[in-house]
Amino acid sequence: MSKSLNRREFLKRGSALLAAGSLPLSLVEVAFGKNSPENFTFAYVSDSHITHVKGKEFVRNWDRGLIRAIAETNLLDPRPDFVFYGGDIAQLGKREEIDHGLEILSALRGDVHYVMGEHDYYLDLGDYWRKQLGPDHYSFDHKGVHFVVLNSILTFDEWTHDKWPSAEERMHQMARLDNPQGSPFMVGQAQRDWLKKDLDKISKDTPLVVLSHSPLQKIYKGWNFWTDDAEQVQALLKPFNKVSVLYGHVHQIQYNQIGNISFNSAMATAWPWPYPASYKQAASYMPKLTVDMNRANPFFERDATGWQFINTHTGNVDVHYLLPDNTNRVVAYDRKAGHPVDSEYQAAEDRIPPQTHY
Amino acid sequence: MKTTTRPYLLLAACGIMLAGSAAADEFTKADLDRWQAEYQASVDKGEKLFHGGLKSKNTVSCDQCHPNATNIHPETYPKFQQQLGKVVVLGEMINWCIMNPLESEPLALDDPDMVDLQSYIHWERRGVALEPGKH
Repeated sequence: MSKSLNRREFLKRGSALLAAGSLPLSLVEVAFGKNSPENFTFAYVSDSHITHVKGKEFVRNWDRGLIRAIAETNLLDPRPDFVFYGGDIAQLGKREEIDHGLEILSALRGDVHYVMGEHDYYLDLGDYWRKQLGPDHYSFDHKGVHFVVLNSILTFDEWTHDKWPSAEERMHQMARLDNPQGSPFMVGQAQRDWLKKDLDKISKDTPLVVLSHSPLQKIYKGWNFWTDDAEQVQALLKPFNKVSVLYGHVHQIQYNQIGNISFNSAMATAWPWPYPASYKQAASYMPKLTVDMNRANPFFERDATGWQFINTHTGNVDVHYLLPDNTNRVVAYDRKAGHPVDSEYQAAEDRIPPQTHY
Repeated sequence: MKTTTRPYLLLAACGIMLAGSAAADEFTKADLDRWQAEYQASVDKGEKLFHGGLKSKNTVSCDQCHPNATNIHPETYPKFQQQLGKVVVLGEMINWCIMNPLESEPLALDDPDMVDLQSYIHWERRGVALEPGKH
């Protein structure tokens, strides 16, 4: 019964999307010049938080978010060269959750590159994830762009190994975003050494695209919108002309420019998070460049969730946010301005009331 | 109903007479501390309920969407909840969340758990000016 309903719902939504000619996806485009054969796109889906309830039961809402993002990604035309999955397939790192998430993700057409999230990691320190998906940090080249994936959600050894009575307790603690007992994310010395070696081989005019789960910049430590060694990682990226960092974790639109490095976040397919400034008891450092996403209407289950489609036509990225139940957004690198710009709402006078958070 | 309330009223009246000279609105620093501690105990209970302590049929908890109880805006209630088409108190929206994202049973508006949840939500929002009705 539910299977046929799901299928019907999928077909209905799919055909509506085709008719509308627009897709609720976030696309990233890396661009080399208008008609360059090197131009390519990729899709970027993140933060599904598949949650096991009991037996074969999973939280329906989060399942639906991932299923929808994949259905829409599969409708992209032209086809993206590949898909990035930005981390947090699971909610509590359980095998059931990773298996169920990967089963849903198996419907994606094309290759998928995965990023480790803290919800995938802190139960078994990423063992099952790596067994299914391979290394948690790696690099590859594609049509002149060098892609690097980092595991940015590590933390102090003492917190990881000595503080908690069980692996389940450790996972529960890290799964709580606003946990005063939490610990800051970091890439760590070993991966930074690896990154340095990896980048030594790459010419400085090669566009770099770096993927991490947490932002490689410091926004709000209380919710780990933060990577503790962000500056050290940024220093390794600094010698390159064009660098884009893409990250998940924050479940909201964020973008920024620090020197030569552009930052763009991904929406979650599961649920949105408030902007840190709406917590009045602590200071936070949201990039001034960011025009906030619309405030979520909880009565629309998929509102303020989404996925992205990315262009790479200038060697920088143009991120198309595909937002079910809302208006899509495009945040593209502006060569003149030297930073990402929202195509519609960047100027203060162009913003709309739902973009005001409080 | 009447027969049960009357004896209580009588007892209360006796109590007032027995207390004699104590003035009703005089209280000490110790009283203030105790009353604040009573409230803080409710905040602490609410904080636990908010972070997974509430009975949730699908394991989803309030803090998953509302870290530090953000994006609840208790200072704006009562307000016209446009999705419900009427003016509601905060407890009614809390119940909407319990019934929908949590797929669970709503609480009575005076249920101790409902009170504790609101103690915590308001505490995290302390210092913010009242803006009843604001969307």
